[in-house]
Amino acid sequence: MGASQTRSEHKYQDLMDKTGFSVEQIKNLHKRFEQLSGNEETISRENLENIPALANNPIRRQIIGAFFDKRNQHQNEVGSFEEIGFEQFLMVMSHFRPPTLKTTEEERETMRKEKLRFLFNMHDTDNDGTITLEEYRKAVEELLSKSGAIGQEGAKAIADAAMLEVASTNVPHMAPDDFYEGITFEHFEQILKGLEMESRMHIRFLDVDTTTMRCGRSTS
Amino acid sequence: PRYPSRQSQNRTRMGLNTGHGSSIKEVPIVTFKWHHVETPYLIALWILVAGLAKMVIEANHHVTNVIPESALLICFGFILGGMVWGADKVQTFTLTPTVFFFYLLPQIILDAGYFMPNKLFFGNMGAILIYAIIGTCWNAASLGLSLWGCHKGGAMGDLDIGLLQYLLFGSLMAAVDPVAVIAVFEQVHVNEVLFILVFGESLLNDGVTVVLFNVFDAFVSLGGSQIDAVEIIKGIISFFVVAFGGSLLGFVFGLLVSLLTRCTKNIQIIEPGFIFVLGYLAYLTAEMLSLSAILSIVFCGVCCQKYINANMDEKSVSTVRYTMKVLANGSETMIFVFLGISAIDKTIWVWNTGFILLTLLFIMVYRFIGVFFLTWILNRYRLVPIGFIDQVIMSYGGLRGAVAYGLAVMLDENKIKEKNLMISTTLIVVYFTVIFQGITMKPLVTWLKVKRAAVTELTLIEKVQNKVFDHVLVAIEDISGQIGHNYMRDKWNYFEEKWMSWALMKPSVRKSRDHVFSVFHQLNLKDAMSYVAEGERRGSLEFIRNESAFIDFKKKFGDEFSEAMPDIMANMSDDHGAASDRRRDPVPSVSLEMHEQTMKGMRETEDINTHHLLQQHLYKGRKQHRHRYSRSHFDVNKDENEVQEIFQRTMRSRLESFKSAKMGVAPPKTISKYSKKDQQQKMPNGKSLDRSKSYYSGDEDFEFSEGDSASGYDASGSTFPMRVTYRAGAGIENPAFMPDMDPMTPIQIPPWLMEAELDSGMVAPSQRAQVRLPWTPSNLRRLAPFRASAQSNDSFMLADAPATQQRDDEELPPPPSPPPPPSNRDGGYM
Repeated sequence: MGASQTRSEHKYQDLMDKTGFSVEQIKNLHKRFEQLSGNEETISRENLENIPALANNPIRRQIIGAFFDKRNQHQNEVGSFEEIGFEQFLMVMSHFRPPTLKTTEEERETMRKEKLRFLFNMHDTDNDGTITLEEYRKAVEELLSKSGAIGQEGAKAIADAAMLEVASTNVPHMAPDDFYEGITFEHFEQILKGLEMESRMHIRFLDVDTTTMRCGRSTS
Repeated sequence: PRYPSRQSQNRTRMGLNTGHGSSIKEVPIVTFKWHHVETPYLIALWILVAGLAKMVIEANHHVTNVIPESALLICFGFILGGMVWGADKVQTFTLTPTVFFFYLLPQIILDAGYFMPNKLFFGNMGAILIYAIIGTCWNAASLGLSLWGCHKGGAMGDLDIGLLQYLLFGSLMAAVDPVAVIAVFEQVHVNEVLFILVFGESLLNDGVTVVLFNVFDAFVSLGGSQIDAVEIIKGIISFFVVAFGGSLLGFVFGLLVSLLTRCTKNIQIIEPGFIFVLGYLAYLTAEMLSLSAILSIVFCGVCCQKYINANMDEKSVSTVRYTMKVLANGSETMIFVFLGISAIDKTIWVWNTGFILLTLLFIMVYRFIGVFFLTWILNRYRLVPIGFIDQVIMSYGGLRGAVAYGLAVMLDENKIKEKNLMISTTLIVVYFTVIFQGITMKPLVTWLKVKRAAVTELTLIEKVQNKVFDHVLVAIEDISGQIGHNYMRDKWNYFEEKWMSWALMKPSVRKSRDHVFSVFHQLNLKDAMSYVAEGERRGSLEFIRNESAFIDFKKKFGDEFSEAMPDIMANMSDDHGAASDRRRDPVPSVSLEMHEQTMKGMRETEDINTHHLLQQHLYKGRKQHRHRYSRSHFDVNKDENEVQEIFQRTMRSRLESFKSAKMGVAPPKTISKYSKKDQQQKMPNGKSLDRSKSYYSGDEDFEFSEGDSASGYDASGSTFPMRVTYRAGAGIENPAFMPDMDPMTPIQIPPWLMEAELDSGMVAPSQRAQVRLPWTPSNLRRLAPFRASAQSNDSFMLADAPATQQRDDEELPPPPSPPPPPSNRDGGYM
């Protein structure tokens, strides 16, 4: 970087305001980003798909998709990117930032919403505001695809059962002619209340550089 | 003389001898031999009394809401102790360390380990270890030193206690007691993280307590002058050996149990016993090697739970669970009652106001200081910090219990002059913490608005989301290049999946133990049961009314799930979830509406057939336990004769129906058998099919004859097709769960199921088929094989059709009814 040191410092400041990460965390993540992208400006799906540790993750596709989803950038855009730059990468990562002791109640609430929205968007692939049965089935199918014993039908059955569950909890008095279109965000929030996803949906972004510890693996 | 078990062993033997040895002059008709049975009799009586006490206490809910059960049991112990004292003028029964540590404690701890929420436990392992190790050491040291300081300051008058003895006392008082903690916290439902922190600490601090106690005990014996750095270092080393050795031993025993349950298939009836015996052996072995016995048995339970639950038969698993609870609850009750009884003994009471009150004060104060300080450190590293209120509850939940008392009683009177003072102080501390803190815990929790645990069961969608969520976190850690909790857990899971499960689990169950799936499975079971209940409530005749149909059905399903899970799984139709709503939600919901609709449609045809159904064929399966005794078989309905009988009945009625339809001959069996086989071979997943087929191979003939008879019925049109398929061990098969009987029945389909619905329409049998099976409500489809409605099986269904047709031609002359392929297929599957 050398010459562009001051510029990048400035850039970091910008990113800090946007994402709430500390400088160290941003630097770390930037290192990681460069590692993943092969020192390119942007990162593509392939880059992420090639992470060896991800190979066993059944919902890899959905998660990677989330990185390229414009909705997760909070700019009221929809659609998806072909490639994302560091800023977008960081924006997605910021969904997983743990709250600090200084976070106010209000901020917590926004964070909570954002976190849930992130999960919701992962399932709502066509961005119509509802997770339809089709979408949900697909998600469950992928989720269970590594479980071996549960076949496609099984996954589908489970998705259906889950969907009916949602329908019955959210719309208890449904007329016979009604049909449940899908899980809206409000319903989604309602369902996941008990799980307290939002209070668990964070990972530790260390201030110290950990990339060196695993660079052998991740770049291979 | 103390607790009965030791006390009169000799007398018992004597009684035996005199009974046989003495010369008798005449033949006694009855003799009263109290001494002959005294010990076991007393034990049994005490158990009975304790049980009754619990029963009485639990009957008064308004009391237990205010005062925790453990406190009430102690008070009950006071009363009992008073009675014994009044009668004997001496306390005959007290809690001895032997009885407590060898016969009462192990099962409680095993229960705790076996039911340990592993994920939560290991997720908070760091914090738990910090509290258990550093916290306990801090408690011991601070209490001992402070008391010593006060002693020096002259606060307690003249006592013959040295610094080391104070430290010894401190170490036995330091440990938070698992029994007391479980008893109190179980009733206040605090949030799970808080619970696991207190509970985990109370379990794991045993290693520390044992070491501290032993080391200081040794120091006291050595005397102050002999202690040098080497001894202290030895003490520290022994801590690691005791704690980790104990855990490792438990781990090894856990693996042993898991391995053992892999091959207990043929001795199912005693396999639950292995868990207890090996668990107990883990405890005793650790005790023998002077390692931490509690840690050993905890880890034994923690390690084996997953594998034994998967390996053993479902019945054995519930036996283990239940027995575990029976034993643990029983001993807990005994412990508290005897803690109460032990108090009523003049000889142990030595009062020293300063010593006792200061001990109480220091325990409270140092517990608070320790917890707050350690949490302060932990919170700097924890992702989710422990809140202030939680810290208060954690500190306040530092209950002392029977372990401390047991250790106090074990003190050597010769070395510690003030042993009785220590015992009485310990008792007072125990009573204070269990009774006072136990009672105030609930109001405190309410008052501080501590986050409570969610009481509801996880729904299926929550389970699914949880799983999604775990994967998301791991993936994000992977992508961001952080090594965190999730990363570690993922790696461990991977390792566990690949190696541990491979080694410790039966191959047959290895695949089918997904968590999401098990929830799904349970939902289906509930569905099925609520369906049966619904049917019975409505008085409709879809069900042969039979008291045991319920149980049998459930059992049967359970069996099959464990045996051929994936296949059954695939059999589930699209809308099985419907009933799960109903289960949860008694007001009319989507699914219920569906049900109403279809029921209306059903009504007419049902009425027509009601008469017939009632009149004949109402074969009451004798599924009650037969009056037969077998030690190793618990199965019902394995009677060959009964099979024969049903078979004959069916055959007879079939013949009758043929006669009435003037059709003469019964269809040749072989053909349908052939076609059945044929169909089965066409199944998409043939492999497992074979397995399940062979599983029921003994009944095949019978089953398919049922299928035939059904077609016979339609032909005649006069009898109702009673499809009482009999299977050994499974009882009457509930016809309602025969697969895809009713593809044509009017059904209100949620639009998002429409697609699948249409597909089933393609292979729907004729109108006749519908009449033939009028009693099958269409909402049953949720339990019917998936194949019937899944588009993915189109090809199969189509391929099936010609075969069916062909079979019809051969089988029956006029009106050729398609014999229900599903029922045959069902034979293969269910």
